[in-house]
Amino acid sequence: MNAFPTTDPLLQVHNVTRYYGDRIGCADVSFDLWPGEVLAIVGESGSGKTTLLNCLSTRLAPTAGAIEYRMRDGTMRNLYQLTEAERRLLMRTDWGFVHQNAAEGLRMNVSAGANVGERLMAVGERHYGNIRSTADDWMGRVEIDSDRIDDDPRSFSGGMRQRLQIARNLVTRPRLVFMDEPTGGLDVSVQARLLDLLRRLVADLGLSVVIVTHDLAVARLLSHRIMVMRHGNVIESGLTDQVLDDPREPYTQLLVSSILQV
Amino acid sequence: MPVRLYLNNVGKSFTMHLQGGTVIPVVEKVEFSVNAGECVVLGGPSGAGKSSILKMIYGNYRCDEGQILVTAGDEIVNIASAEPRKVLRLREDTIGYVSQFLRTIPRVSAEDVVAEPLIAQGTSEEEGVDKARSLLSRLNVPERLWTLPPATFSGGEQQRVNIARGFIAHYPILLLDEPTASLDAANRAVVVRLVEEKKAQGVAMVGILHDQDVREQIADRIIDVTGFSAEAAA
Ligand SMILES: Nc1ncnc2c1ncn2[C@@H]1O[C@H](COP(=O)(O)OP(=O)(O)OP(=O)(O)O)[C@@H](O)[C@H]1O
Ligand SMILES: Nc1ncnc2c1ncn2[C@@H]1O[C@H](COP(=O)(O)OP(=O)(O)OP(=O)(O)O)[C@@H](O)[C@H]1O
Ligand SMILES: [Mg+2]
Ligand SMILES: [Mg+2]
Repeated sequence: MNAFPTTDPLLQVHNVTRYYGDRIGCADVSFDLWPGEVLAIVGESGSGKTTLLNCLSTRLAPTAGAIEYRMRDGTMRNLYQLTEAERRLLMRTDWGFVHQNAAEGLRMNVSAGANVGERLMAVGERHYGNIRSTADDWMGRVEIDSDRIDDDPRSFSGGMRQRLQIARNLVTRPRLVFMDEPTGGLDVSVQARLLDLLRRLVADLGLSVVIVTHDLAVARLLSHRIMVMRHGNVIESGLTDQVLDDPREPYTQLLVSSILQV
Repeated sequence: MPVRLYLNNVGKSFTMHLQGGTVIPVVEKVEFSVNAGECVVLGGPSGAGKSSILKMIYGNYRCDEGQILVTAGDEIVNIASAEPRKVLRLREDTIGYVSQFLRTIPRVSAEDVVAEPLIAQGTSEEEGVDKARSLLSRLNVPERLWTLPPATFSGGEQQRVNIARGFIAHYPILLLDEPTASLDAANRAVVVRLVEEKKAQGVAMVGILHDQDVREQIADRIIDVTGFSAEAAA
């Protein structure tokens, strides 16, 4: 039951740098992420949050630096030295990626149940009845009525689509989930429900999460640790409530003061 | 009784970059220890730095200078330099904190808010909620509120939910920041009894208590924080 029982990090990030031509995306970012830890990346628009998240999740090769990940067998592997097959297996099973725009993370023209079931088939589940019942169970866990299982997500509201995207990602019991502004673009009451759901699922499943958000209240509620980015650099990091309540850097103080209460 | 908490030469100031880099010195050379079963009360006027000291012990504020040593099982941890995950671990099993205000979590019922720290320590959900209900009832929170999220409760009701949450689990060290501020006499008396029970269990407590009555009943020792005033020492 204890937080962070293991002593070995799940992810080790060493001096990750990404340029777009001569423009800096992110520069010299290093950190470790432990099992069960939720890390929030915050900062203004254009500060490099998405660039970093994409580098971490092997969606965008860094210009320099290295990222190591602890595989299920316990070995530490350099992500950019995996074979394409190994990398795809990781992305399909051990990892999740929750996009701000649910349409990017879902298949919009197949049913909700199939969206969830598909990831299960990717990990080798072949029994139709099992797939259907697991999908149904996950629809319940993300609070979608099971009579919507055969509908396709185009008929879902924004909040429902986002919850379905979460179910699709979590059904394979990933160990690490990346999220890019998962509550962005939703209205406030819908956001609160989604956040509460995420908070519970992350704790129940003991997930490690790297979440990009510009909303400090989201970071406060979900994350253990926070990294503040500006112009591609990490300028301050630490325990979430410490950084938010006792910010040290001028930019972090500005960020914290520009919201009324977080 | 063994020492549970030791502050050694602790100093803290705030640099306000948005106000032209003004430095607000808060405290300097803070030095005291707290034994198991003892309740130390921090005294001094508003702004003296009492809450800041509690927040440093909890790892919520950074400690700029000195050490904050905490006994955790058979280990001694310096909060001032501990890694975030170490601090979080200590908050789960070693240091409890009752703040002045409840930070509400959307959609979580009062009884679940209260039970959470106990469940996090490994107690079953059923037993956790049972104990939460009995504490809420001791603190006279009306039963019809237990299953509702506290966001819409009155100030005093929220404060009692907060106290129940702070007292439900066993922490060897417990920090209290004005826990009785918005309570009536009957509920203040409940808090006094809760503190006495913790003392009997050997819990080391540091409290800030403006209420003279409550303070006299529970303080074993009063430390005047103005003695650590950074300006005075300068
Ligand atoms: N494909 C690209 N080609 C060129 N420049 C890019 C590209 N993607 C991002 N950038 C630049 O890199 C910098 C970081 O962008 P990034 O998308 O990582 O920011 P962000 O912090 O996620 O911002 P936002 O909060 O607006 O999503 C920006 O200056 C951006 O213009
Ligand atoms: N996060 C913060 N940022 C900047 N200054 C702060 C912060 N927290 C406290 N201070 C300042 O530090 C000083 C001490 O404040 P603190 O809250 O510790 O006092 P206190 O003794 O608890 O007062 P009270 O009895 O009014 O609660 C005050 O000058 C306060 O304005
Ligand atoms: Mg982005
Ligand atoms: Mg105070």
